[in-house]
Amino acid sequence: MLTLTGVGKRYPTGDRALDDIQLSLPKGQVMALIGPSGAGKSTLIRCVNRLVEPTQGSIRLEGTELTTLSGNRLRHARRSMGMIFQEYALVDRLTVMENVLSGQLGYVGFWRSFLRRYPTEAVAEAFRLLERVGLPHAIDKRADALSGGQRQRVGIARALLQSPKLLLVDEPTASLDPKTSRQIMRLIRELCAERELAAIINIHDVALAQQFADRIVGLRAGQIVFDGQPSELTSDILTTIYGEEEWDTSPEPVEEVESIEEIGHHHGQRPYATPRPLTGLASGGAR
Amino acid sequence: MPVSTSPQGTPLWQRRTTRAQWLQYAAWMMGMSLFLLCWKVISDNTMWVFVEDAGRQGSDLISRMLPPRWEYASVLWKPMWDTLNIATLGTALGIMMAFPVAFLAARNTTPHPLVRSVALTIIVSSRSINSLIWAMLLVTILGPGVLAGIIAIALRSIGFVGKLLYEAIEEIHPTPVEAISATGASRLQIMNYGVLPQVMPAFAGISVYRWDINIRESTVLGLVGAGGIGLQLNASINSLAWNQVSVIFVMIFVTVLVSEWVSARVRHAII
Amino acid sequence: MSRTDTLARQQAARQGQWRRLPLIESSRLRWALVLSGVVYLALALASVEVNWARVAEGSGRAINFLGAFMQPDFVSRQSDIWAGLLESLTMTLTSTVIGVLLAIPVGLGAARNIAPLPVYTVCRAIIAVSRTFQEIIIAILFVVMFGFGPFAGMITLAFATIGFMAKLLAEDIEDLDWRQVEAVRATGAGWWQTMNHAIQPQVMPRLIGLSMYRLDINFRESSVIGIVGAGGIGATLNTSLSRYEYGTSAAILLIIIAIVLLSEYLSSYVRRWTQ
Repeated sequence: MLTLTGVGKRYPTGDRALDDIQLSLPKGQVMALIGPSGAGKSTLIRCVNRLVEPTQGSIRLEGTELTTLSGNRLRHARRSMGMIFQEYALVDRLTVMENVLSGQLGYVGFWRSFLRRYPTEAVAEAFRLLERVGLPHAIDKRADALSGGQRQRVGIARALLQSPKLLLVDEPTASLDPKTSRQIMRLIRELCAERELAAIINIHDVALAQQFADRIVGLRAGQIVFDGQPSELTSDILTTIYGEEEWDTSPEPVEEVESIEEIGHHHGQRPYATPRPLTGLASGGAR
Repeated sequence: MPVSTSPQGTPLWQRRTTRAQWLQYAAWMMGMSLFLLCWKVISDNTMWVFVEDAGRQGSDLISRMLPPRWEYASVLWKPMWDTLNIATLGTALGIMMAFPVAFLAARNTTPHPLVRSVALTIIVSSRSINSLIWAMLLVTILGPGVLAGIIAIALRSIGFVGKLLYEAIEEIHPTPVEAISATGASRLQIMNYGVLPQVMPAFAGISVYRWDINIRESTVLGLVGAGGIGLQLNASINSLAWNQVSVIFVMIFVTVLVSEWVSARVRHAII
Repeated sequence: MSRTDTLARQQAARQGQWRRLPLIESSRLRWALVLSGVVYLALALASVEVNWARVAEGSGRAINFLGAFMQPDFVSRQSDIWAGLLESLTMTLTSTVIGVLLAIPVGLGAARNIAPLPVYTVCRAIIAVSRTFQEIIIAILFVVMFGFGPFAGMITLAFATIGFMAKLLAEDIEDLDWRQVEAVRATGAGWWQTMNHAIQPQVMPRLIGLSMYRLDINFRESSVIGIVGAGGIGATLNTSLSRYEYGTSAAILLIIIAIVLLSEYLSSYVRRWTQ
């Protein structure tokens, strides 16, 4: 459904953020994109909906070439790609309902959106989505009155109101506590299954990625260095992605998804990021 | 803060190095001589006999002002109403014009760098020229009256409101704007949903603040014929009716204090 | 908003009916505000009298004036412009220096946390008087007292500077970090030493920034107080406008704009340098 061929991005400063990315995503697949900070994960998903302009290569969504679109055609293409952000990116001074309805902006004209006169079906759908993410009671609350997890749910509802074919998810859990993170990931996973959505999820947390994704792609310095099943992700491969580090802080082998869940519960969320045992304890204790 | 050792071997602490010390002396010297030079220019252009006479003139002035001729106040209600209208309508007109200019001048919302520099030029010209000068100009064009005052206040307000507002726009969080763009919203929709809610409190606060300043400025526009209580002030001064001038001063003082209080309350409520 | 209202809005939203929440909840208050706004606007606009014949006559002048901006005339009144400008600039500088120096004691006296009540009252009164009256009103009084010329202008601007600087300085001192002051006092420092070591370092950078800003304001004001005879370029501008010599007026306005721009650039540079 989504195909990236030879996509590259070079910033005006000369930094190469992405280099010759080949990627193809079938309908309904949830793909996790992992890699160290600065590997180009954010740039990659922003290239897909053109918040960042790729400097070379082609991106096709269901046969439409995205890289050459402009103006209205770009707006139309963006409607079919819902995006979910790390810092939720809600408009704080608008109410929850207004934030969700802003997912319809690509479909309605300026005056309708200015006067908040949305079509009846859109409002009903927005309310259904709020019920689905568990926030029907909050429609008139201002977005800045919500907790982090609730705000991310509003962000998800906004993305889904676009009736997208593809979800672009940028670090959905980086600002959340471990429990809420898992709830949010589970919600995204379920919604993708319900609506047969494909999704690209940037995520720092390897354990969460392994538990919730169908496929994992590892990015390092703008290049794809791993592409496979979650179960194929070994500590050797993690070393290729993240560099030399002591991965096996747990007695269990990393391959088994069950054990990862155990680590997630008892031992901090990032088993790979614990060079010294004390740090692991500290992060576990902070929870 | 260097520490050196004296010939006796005890450590000496100085606030600055010797070089920095000298530079500072030089800067002070330059500043002082510039000030003295300016003072000399002024003193050359001054008739010192008059200045020596100032104490007597001042006490004479005060004795003519007191007691104020309070019954004159009854003539002043209409001009005061005009003054308030000049300030309020002028502010309203000014912020209406400043609003689009600020969006064109902010780096993150301007459609083109060329448009931005035009908008910045408008803001700078409006800010540099005092409302009294605008009023003088407009009186020669529109004739004396309240209209010239309203437009003068409006023209001066564009620069003030525009500058503060475009700085507020440049300081908004970029992520909500990014999120709204990602939904496929058009340019205007992005402004309406992503930018506007973030700058609205600042905009309201700036406008009320400018209204308060404009009340103060509109009290003197009459001096050049642009309506309001300044007309009465001018007439009273020209006829040397200083006991009427003092009544006008009291009225201005009270009005300005009240408007300042209102503006402070409103700004406090917004923020 | 009551609970039943909330539920009703949820019920309506389920059916697809949703309106933005009004800014003011009580509908009576909302309409009263709108109505009073409309009434005020009607009354205010009705009291604006426009002499359209005069406007039509003046519009030709407006075009002349705009045309003059295309060809400003710097030459024919060169010596007047130059003399006025020099006066304005010297007035600006001396009045800012004197005003800031005098504003420091007044500002200290107007800070509630370091000044005794009688001093506080007097200093706040000075600030209120200086801030309420436009420079030009004060200029009228000082011209009467000191005679025509830049001396009266300088005193005017210095007086206005006192009110402006002292108010901001007092506010700064009132919310400065009191722990530092206590720390210095705890060493047994006297009043002057406390000022020098605890308060001055905290307010100094902003004081310099504000002085630069006030320099800029004083220059702009110096271009108008000439209208009432207090010296500076305002007198030249006033004369050229009343003689309809728009070329000269445009030249003067352009010079003012240029100097304001220059001083803004300089002050941003100085502020960066002092921090």
